Amino acid sequence: MSALLEVEGLDAAYGDSRALSGVTLSVGPGEIVALLGPNGAGKSTLLGCIAGLVRPRAGTIRWDGRDLRAVSAHRIVEHGLAVVPEGRRLFGSMTVEDNLELGAFSPRARAGRRASFERVYALFPVLRTRRRQIVRALSGGQQQMVAVGRALMASPRLLMLDEPSLGIAPQLVSAILDALVEINRAGVAIFLVEQNVRAALTLAHRAYILEGGRIVGAGGGAELLRDPHVRRAYLGPLAVHE
Amino acid sequence: MLLIEQQIVLGLLLGGLYGLAAAGLSLVFGVLKVLDVAHGELIMLGGYGAFWLFALLHWDPFASLLVVIPASLLLGVVLYAVLFGFVVRADEETRVKNSLLVGFGLALALHALAVRLWTADDRSITTSYGGAVIAVGDLSIPVIRLLSLAVAFALIAGLHLLLTRWRWGKAIRATAEDWQAALLTGIDVRRAYLLAFAIGTALAGAAGTLVTVGYSVSPSIGLEWTLKALIVVVLAGLGSMLGTFVAGLFLGVAEALSAAVFGGPYREVVGLVIFVVVLVLRPRGLFGAR
Repeated sequence: MSALLEVEGLDAAYGDSRALSGVTLSVGPGEIVALLGPNGAGKSTLLGCIAGLVRPRAGTIRWDGRDLRAVSAHRIVEHGLAVVPEGRRLFGSMTVEDNLELGAFSPRARAGRRASFERVYALFPVLRTRRRQIVRALSGGQQQMVAVGRALMASPRLLMLDEPSLGIAPQLVSAILDALVEINRAGVAIFLVEQNVRAALTLAHRAYILEGGRIVGAGGGAELLRDPHVRRAYLGPLAVHE
Repeated sequence: MLLIEQQIVLGLLLGGLYGLAAAGLSLVFGVLKVLDVAHGELIMLGGYGAFWLFALLHWDPFASLLVVIPASLLLGVVLYAVLFGFVVRADEETRVKNSLLVGFGLALALHALAVRLWTADDRSITTSYGGAVIAVGDLSIPVIRLLSLAVAFALIAGLHLLLTRWRWGKAIRATAEDWQAALLTGIDVRRAYLLAFAIGTALAGAAGTLVTVGYSVSPSIGLEWTLKALIVVVLAGLGSMLGTFVAGLFLGVAEALSAAVFGGPYREVVGLVIFVVVLVLRPRGLFGAR
């Protein structure tokens, strides 16, 4: 099986401080892959590199066999790679509908936007009733639905999410995570950066662990959930004896 | 007291032009995060465009908008391509500093060009209906300024529709709010910058035409209009074009009132007082989103 996304030997830096060194990972078609790691490990930088917002110092990022570093940032989504950024980054003064419509801005997505609207509204029915509301007036969980919806409007083959459960009411977290499973069932690969390690590992087929800008571990979701280091570092001391 | 009421009317009529002048500056600043201090000079050029069309071809100044607006749009594209397109490559903090340098340079160059082409004299456009006045009770309303106010409002309303209905209008607003998120949704942010700058310049050209027909134009009006536009932008805040227009009307009336109450010299003071008070008490402006 050839990978959809292949990152190899990626180095990135902010000023003098090294954010990523030699990061290698891949996501296959239809896979759910989680990326775990403490704050400041470089997770967001990695997503930024893939999305074309951060220029890496070295390494390659291949998408479907072609070099993504040669593609300008606004064209990356056109190739089927959509991002739900950390903190949602919605257009807060605009309506739900406008935000979703902007998610289908690229020509290919625009052609199929009617079907995409239906897909998003079927996944998050509350967004249909709220579609004329200004995004800033929604709750955090509903805003996260808009953020996921906006990315889905691009009809992606890979959906990358940066901390989608951050700052959201617990009952809505599971709604978001359930939606991800459903999206994945429709054939969309998912690359998930998540602090909620237990949920992420339960969901993911595979996971990578990023610490200090390096990949320090990788494996199947269930396997990492049993791993003593992972349990101690990410699930808390009590989880070791669970 | 009649004098005051008449002053308020004249203030409203002038304020509409302040609003139009400020809309272009607000759009450019809000979207590109670039402060175009040559905005007043672009207004001045639009004024001379209308003056030329009137003096050489005997065009009605309102009809000349049909040429001045597209020509200004084109000028905006050129200015973006040769100047401001390079400024936006810097990060946001550097951008404002660089845009000030580029803007002052451009303002000086355009001022010198205008003196060369049209001399330093005041020019105005005198149409056959130039002196016509509508009397409402004891008030007299100059027809030309009333028409100008109507045109200014129509342009602002058109801009509002453009930004809320048109695909690229929404893209421009999205870019203003969060350019990185805009990039992630597939918006070519550089193109949004170009469009916003060109539209801003077109609005300046339109404002210049209305200034020349209702008042007069000279090479040195640029700085004054940049200042008025800046005061209105600060008063209104970024993000709402209709709010900017209302803030323009407010400044016009406030100026007229302070001139009537405290005397002519205080006309220019009130705007600066508003500027400082708003920045201290409500930095995001009356209608600003953030």
